[in-house]
Amino acid sequence: MSRPKIARKSTNIDMTAMCDVAFLLLSFFILTTKFKPSEAVPVTTPNSVSAKIAPEKNVILITLNKDGKVFFSVGDSKEDKEKKETILRSLNGSKNIGLSESDIQALVKAPFIGVSLGQLPQQAKMNPDQMNATLPGIPVQDTTNNQMVDWMHAVTEAYAGSKPNILLKGDNVAKYPAFKNIIAAFKKNDLLKFQMVTNPESVPTGTDLWKANQKGEKQVD
Amino acid sequence: MAEMDTSSGGGHKKGPGVKKGKKMSTRVDLTPMVDLGFLLITFFIFTTTMSSPTALKLNLPADTKDEKQQNKLNENSALTIMLGKDNNVFYYEGQLNVTAGSNNFKASNFKDIRDVIMQKKARTDTTFMVIIKPTDESNYKNIVDILDEMRINLVGRYALVEISPDEDKLVKLSQGGAAPQ
Repeated sequence: MSRPKIARKSTNIDMTAMCDVAFLLLSFFILTTKFKPSEAVPVTTPNSVSAKIAPEKNVILITLNKDGKVFFSVGDSKEDKEKKETILRSLNGSKNIGLSESDIQALVKAPFIGVSLGQLPQQAKMNPDQMNATLPGIPVQDTTNNQMVDWMHAVTEAYAGSKPNILLKGDNVAKYPAFKNIIAAFKKNDLLKFQMVTNPESVPTGTDLWKANQKGEKQVD
Repeated sequence: MAEMDTSSGGGHKKGPGVKKGKKMSTRVDLTPMVDLGFLLITFFIFTTTMSSPTALKLNLPADTKDEKQQNKLNENSALTIMLGKDNNVFYYEGQLNVTAGSNNFKASNFKDIRDVIMQKKARTDTTFMVIIKPTDESNYKNIVDILDEMRINLVGRYALVEISPDEDKLVKLSQGGAAPQ
């Protein structure tokens, strides 16, 4: 009497398909990842619990590095660059800096502005590779010669009607006076809303915000 | 199927005297490769989401010289926090009162200030307000940290104010006493 054969199934699964999926996803993530361009001015930003992602359009970025030097830059989009040109032209006119047309174009292409208004023609002739944290920065140190006021004035003119997203990116160890003078420049031009660039951080447990988040309430800005 | 050639372990014998034919499977076990793939995926997912910076909003009060337009501060419900050098924090509740008999000027640090804020918040009504006064020696991180603390404790009313000379003097005097964080 012959027993009916019980088919012995292998417990091994074909991994090929899974492997395909894994590597498809992997290549997708690698290709879509935008690498952060290396920054000319290195800044270590502080952490905050804010969950709001920093805007990327209509950006006016003011960088405050660890030595208290202040740099001015705009967003990467084409509109932002056009605004920068408008800002530079209006400053050139109102402050008699004496920038030529090619100087303005060079400064629009420059990653940031890091000199006083009077030295702008020199920065325009610099190679972009040379523009780094060694530049003296925009003078804001005292209230009498706070050139950030002039810059912000030009910004409000360029963005007349619309609102720029003013971002302040400060270094952890930057001292308060520089920050105070930047804020003073904002206030003078009635730019009363700005945002500070930070790194995300988790909300500490047991705090009021944590409880609110647990209840499902949305964070207020 | 992706399986290792395990027949040499003595799976099925073909009978006595029958020589085992060398039948090497061309299949490779892909499990480790899948593991590696997913490991890399998780790595990329984490690194991409972590790098996007966030923004902390700050609204500045307009400078008004007109006394009537300025918000009147309820003195009892205010908590004033001063930021010194080396991450030192000082605070007082209500009005500053440093006399021989009473002293409400206290030292703290960034760890303990949360409890101070929470307790004060629980004790006072909705007029609770925090006044932040950074000294010239405090750094940017301290300011963001304390603003963050406002967010964490859901303090709706807070202001960044210039420090007065008296307070500045007090902070400088107490600098040595407070333990740095």
